[in-house]
Amino acid sequence: MSWMETFRTSWSAVHSHALRSLLTVLGILIGIAAVILTVGLGLGTQKDVSSQISSLGSNLLIVTPGSTTDTSGVRGGFGTSSTLTISDAAALASTVNSPDIAGVAAEKSTSLSLVNGDTNWTTTVTGTTPSWLDVRSRTIAYGSFITDAENAASASDIVLGSETADELFGTQNVVNRTVTISDRTFTVVGVLSSAGSSSSDNLDDIAIVPFSTAATRLIGGTSSNSVSTIYVQAASAGQLSGAYQETQTLLANLHSLSDVADADFTIASQDALVGTATAIYQTLTVLLTGVAALSLLVGGIGVMNIMLVSVSERTREIGLRKALGAPPWAIRRQFLIEAAILGLSGGLLGAVLGIIAALTLPAALGSSIVVSVPAVVLSIGVAVAIGIVFGVYPATRAARLAPIDALRSE
Amino acid sequence: MVEPVIQSRVEPTSGSTEPVIALAAARKVYRSGSLEFEALRGIDLEIVEGEYVAIMGPSGSGKSTIMNILGCLDTLSSGTYRLGGDDVNDLDEIDLAQIRNQRIGFVFQQFNLLPSLSAWRNVELPMIYGKVHRDERKLRAQRALERVGLGDRLANRPGELSGGQQQRVAVARALVGEPTMILADEPTGNLDSVSTRDVLGLFDELHELGRTIVLITHEIEVAERARRIVRVRDGEIVTDEVNAA
Ligand SMILES: Nc1ncnc2c1ncn2[C@@H]1O[C@H](COP(=O)(O)OP(=O)(O)OP(=O)(O)O)[C@@H](O)[C@H]1O
Ligand SMILES: [Mg+2]
Repeated sequence: MSWMETFRTSWSAVHSHALRSLLTVLGILIGIAAVILTVGLGLGTQKDVSSQISSLGSNLLIVTPGSTTDTSGVRGGFGTSSTLTISDAAALASTVNSPDIAGVAAEKSTSLSLVNGDTNWTTTVTGTTPSWLDVRSRTIAYGSFITDAENAASASDIVLGSETADELFGTQNVVNRTVTISDRTFTVVGVLSSAGSSSSDNLDDIAIVPFSTAATRLIGGTSSNSVSTIYVQAASAGQLSGAYQETQTLLANLHSLSDVADADFTIASQDALVGTATAIYQTLTVLLTGVAALSLLVGGIGVMNIMLVSVSERTREIGLRKALGAPPWAIRRQFLIEAAILGLSGGLLGAVLGIIAALTLPAALGSSIVVSVPAVVLSIGVAVAIGIVFGVYPATRAARLAPIDALRSE
Repeated sequence: MVEPVIQSRVEPTSGSTEPVIALAAARKVYRSGSLEFEALRGIDLEIVEGEYVAIMGPSGSGKSTIMNILGCLDTLSSGTYRLGGDDVNDLDEIDLAQIRNQRIGFVFQQFNLLPSLSAWRNVELPMIYGKVHRDERKLRAQRALERVGLGDRLANRPGELSGGQQQRVAVARALVGEPTMILADEPTGNLDSVSTRDVLGLFDELHELGRTIVLITHEIEVAERARRIVRVRDGEIVTDEVNAA
């Protein structure tokens, strides 16, 4: 019996019980759709995170207080008095010591309420220096950014993100308007251009004040000179590792450390941050994959069950085929292909469902799902394999039936 | 035209008439649980090529059991069955499948057509397992159906055919592979007299073409179409004689 002929016979068997076949492959269908969504969500999140991290600016090193000598803990009093200061940032900015560093911006941030009359809006208030604009690759839409003079004078001037301006004033061109923070009045000197937002970080909801203003008037703390983050921008992508070395050596010197292993600061590149974030989602992916695998197992058992039903329903047909000269292997092949067709149908329908979900869900979830063609092809292959594996037992049973017992059944 | 008939209890004479079917001391015991039932109690039967034999007997006498043994659908509990000189006991499943496919054409009382397939697809079935090429299968299935007078019913499914027509489809299926032997178990049991005449007419034609035919029946009018009548009772052969009619 040729493959074509076997396929035709098996297909008509599946087709003649269309509804039953559909219900049978539901487990496989859901499993495959889940696999495609899981993989897609993982890839999508990775894409989101990397675009989010690259939106910080380009060729950046992010220096934070505290040390991570291993993955388990943080040393050096993270969360207490910060070990990084504004003078560290100033030293890094000096081009004499660090030819590979193009710009440095220190940030001192906290969450505060901004008030305009009756309108109250809580956002991240960041104290920083004028270099921030270039280092973070941002631009001004209205007015101007904070200046060195304002910084020196600890002026009560403020630059708002476009969304913050919108929330407080209902419009974006709000230069020279005033907002109140902790009973102190600030004058808006500029508004940032929109940089877009990602799921976890809104780049347009922000308020910038001169560093000295933040240090002395808004954000107390044990050390007014301490900073929460220093952004170091390398002159080019090729100079990132040079900038890394210079930053590390310089900070170690400033902090009088003989061994960088004892560092009380952490330098991360954007790539490293993407890696960390991805690792978290990989754990999630493993978990979801487990769920999908379970669903596929249940689906496989469903196929086996319905194949056993199919064999016992068609015992008489098997007997007749044997009487007409079908050897055992031809009968086995017929039922194996039937099981494979069930697996394939489940896989194809699951792929369609998964792709539809991947295209429609991101709008509701706010995170991207990337449909990976290799994952789709592979999971359809897995579905067929499941059909075949779980079809072996029923098919073997059919092949072993004694012709006369089969013919006499019913 | 009529082949010489050999009495089953007589040893075959030497010469060209080597029997195609030879049952010797054939016993069949059915076991269901602790119960045993001896359906065949030592049958000796020889049939030479081209013979037209009817096996008669009351219900439960073991006719179908003989037929299943002859068709290699079931095996003996003891004794030997030689088919075309080969001891069937020495053959494996695949050999037996091939024998059923190439040498035997079955006609059953219940027709045993596959309801989802059209008439010609049903007739095509044995050739599918006989590795006949697609186009030739269709051609031969058509010719077989024309031969049984159903040339205009090729595409009909069994449910759309009368009982007599269905049995003619089954006969077409039995003869399409050009087997040397036709085994028919009460082929007219479910047919009216007109259809019975049609089917028996086909058997006569096949016999004239040199096919060996073993026909099981309990109707004497049917048995009388054969050239030799074997009567069984309680698993034993009681008479085996040339049909004088
Ligand atoms: N699978 C089986 N298990 C147990 N006993 C069986 C089995 N098949 C047949 N028998 C018994 O063997 C005996 C012969 O059965 P068989 O089918 O050969 O009779 P038959 O002559 O064809 O009868 P009928 O004319 O009614 O078809 C019967 O008594 C029957 O009950
Ligand atoms: Mg019977």
